[in-house]
Amino acid sequence: MALLELKNVTKNYNNECCALDNVSFSVDKGEFVSIIGPSGAGKSTLLRCINRMVEVSSGEISVDGVISSSLSKKRLRKLRTKIGMIFQHYNLVDRLTVIENVLHGRLGYKSTLAGVLGRYSQEEKSQAYRIIEILGLNEQMYKRCDQLSGGQKQRVGIARALVQNPKIILCDEPIASLDPNASKVIMDHLRNISKEMGITIIVNLHQVEVALKYSDRIIGVNRGKVVFDGAPCDLTTRQIRDIYGSESEDLMFDLGERHAG
Amino acid sequence: MRDDIFTKRRNDSFVFFLALLILSVGSIVITEYDVIKGFTSITKAVVWGGSNFYPDAESLRILPEILPKLQETVLMSIAATTVAAVLALVLSLAGSQTTRINRIFSIVSRGIASLFRNIPIVAWAMVLMISFSQSPLTGYLALFFGSLGFLTRAFMETIDEVGNNSIEALQATGASYFHIIFQAVLPASMPQMISWLLYMIETNIRDATLVGVLTGTGIGFSFDLYYKRFDYHAASLVVLLIVITVIVIELVSNNIRRVIL
Repeated sequence: MALLELKNVTKNYNNECCALDNVSFSVDKGEFVSIIGPSGAGKSTLLRCINRMVEVSSGEISVDGVISSSLSKKRLRKLRTKIGMIFQHYNLVDRLTVIENVLHGRLGYKSTLAGVLGRYSQEEKSQAYRIIEILGLNEQMYKRCDQLSGGQKQRVGIARALVQNPKIILCDEPIASLDPNASKVIMDHLRNISKEMGITIIVNLHQVEVALKYSDRIIGVNRGKVVFDGAPCDLTTRQIRDIYGSESEDLMFDLGERHAG
Repeated sequence: MRDDIFTKRRNDSFVFFLALLILSVGSIVITEYDVIKGFTSITKAVVWGGSNFYPDAESLRILPEILPKLQETVLMSIAATTVAAVLALVLSLAGSQTTRINRIFSIVSRGIASLFRNIPIVAWAMVLMISFSQSPLTGYLALFFGSLGFLTRAFMETIDEVGNNSIEALQATGASYFHIIFQAVLPASMPQMISWLLYMIETNIRDATLVGVLTGTGIGFSFDLYYKRFDYHAASLVVLLIVITVIVIELVSNNIRRVIL
C-alpha cells in the first residue's frame, strides 16, 4: 500500500473555487517527488493539506494507512510526528541555539509538562547530535540560529524534521531564498535522506531544472489541478508549457541540457 | 504624468504644515495664552529656583527621615510592576493575533488592556482612595492597574512582532499549544518583554512620586509636606534624590538591556 494517498482532494478558500481541484495521487516509501507549477497554483496548499495545517474542503488523505481528515486533536499531533516539514524561511526560533531548535522536532512525542520544561531524554539528545553531525553542523551546535547563514539555517530545519523520525518530509520551497551553492548542498542532503534513510521527500520547487535533476517523479500543478504526473524523462516541452501556461521558449530554462548531460 | 506625483507630495506637505500652524495659532488665541509672557516667566522661575530651591547643608538633616520613604517608593513600584507583568503576560498571550485561543478571549483581553491603559494613573489613585483611603495599598493598586494596561498592550505587540513562522513550524511537528508558547513564543519575545518591564519600572518610580502626593505615602508625601511648610531646601533635596534614583535605575536597566538583547 502507498505511504501517502490523496483521493479527490479539493480545497476552496472563502467559497471561491479552487485552490485545489480534485487532486488525486499516491506516493510510495522513499520516493523523491517534486511539485512544480507557477506561483499561486496551489503547491503550498497541497503540501499543507497533507499534514492538515490546511483543512481540505472535500476528499480524503491517508498517511501511512491513517485517514487524516477525521482525526481528533491528539491523534492529529501523533500523525504530524510522522511528517516533517521544512520551510522557505526556515521558521526557526532565532534566539535559541541550533541544538535547541533541532530538539523542537521531538515535542510532538512529549507530554505537556516535559515539553514546556524542555526536558529531553539522553537518547533524544544523542540522536540530535548524530543528525547534526550528518548535516555538518557540528561547529554550530551551540550557536544561536540568528548567527547562521541561510544554508546553515535550512540544514537546522532539515535536522529538526529528521529528529522526528518521520516517514515523510514536506519541503515548501526549501531553496527559494538560497544561493546556488547552498541550494545544491540542501538538495543533495534531501536526496541522501530519501535514498539512504528511505524517507519520502515531497518538495515544492520553482526551479524546473532542479526538479529534473533530483526527482524520481514530478507532479505539475496549474490552477489547483494536476496537469502532469510522471518521471522527469517523460516531461516534454509541451507539458512544461501546460504547467506554466506560456510558451516554453519564454521560460528561463533549457530542456536540451538535460539530454546533453 | 510622472512629475505630478512630486507636485502632489509637495502640496500635501504644504497643506499639512498649514493645518499645523492654524491649529497652533488657533489654540493660543482661544486660550488667551500670552506667548511672550510665557517665555519671560521661564527666566523668572529659573532665577527664583536658583535663589531658593536648592538643598543647603541644613536640609541634609532630613536624610534619615526620607531615605526609608524613598526605598519604600522604589520597592512599591517594582512590586506593582512585576506583579502586573505576570498578569499582563497571560492577557497578552490570550489577546495576541498569533497565540490567541479564540476571538472572544482576544476581544476580552484587548478590552481590559485598553480600559486600564486609558484611565490616567492619577484618576486611578483618586478613585481607589475612596475604597482604601490614604494608604500604601492605594498607591500600589494605582500603579498596578496602570502598568497592567500598558504592559499587556506592549507584550501583545511584542508577541505579534515575533510572528507566525516558528509557531507554524512547531505546529507541524505535532507540538501542543503550551509547547509552542514555552518553546517558541516566550524565548523569542522574552528579551523585548524584559526591556518593556524595565521601562515600566522606571516610569512607575516617577509616577509613584505623584501618586504619593495624592495618597499621602512614600517620597511624594515627603515632598508635599516640606513644600507646603515652605521648606524649599528640604523639598528640593527630595526632588534631587528622586532624580538621582531614576537616573541610577535607568543606568542599571540600560546595562541589563545591553546584556539580554
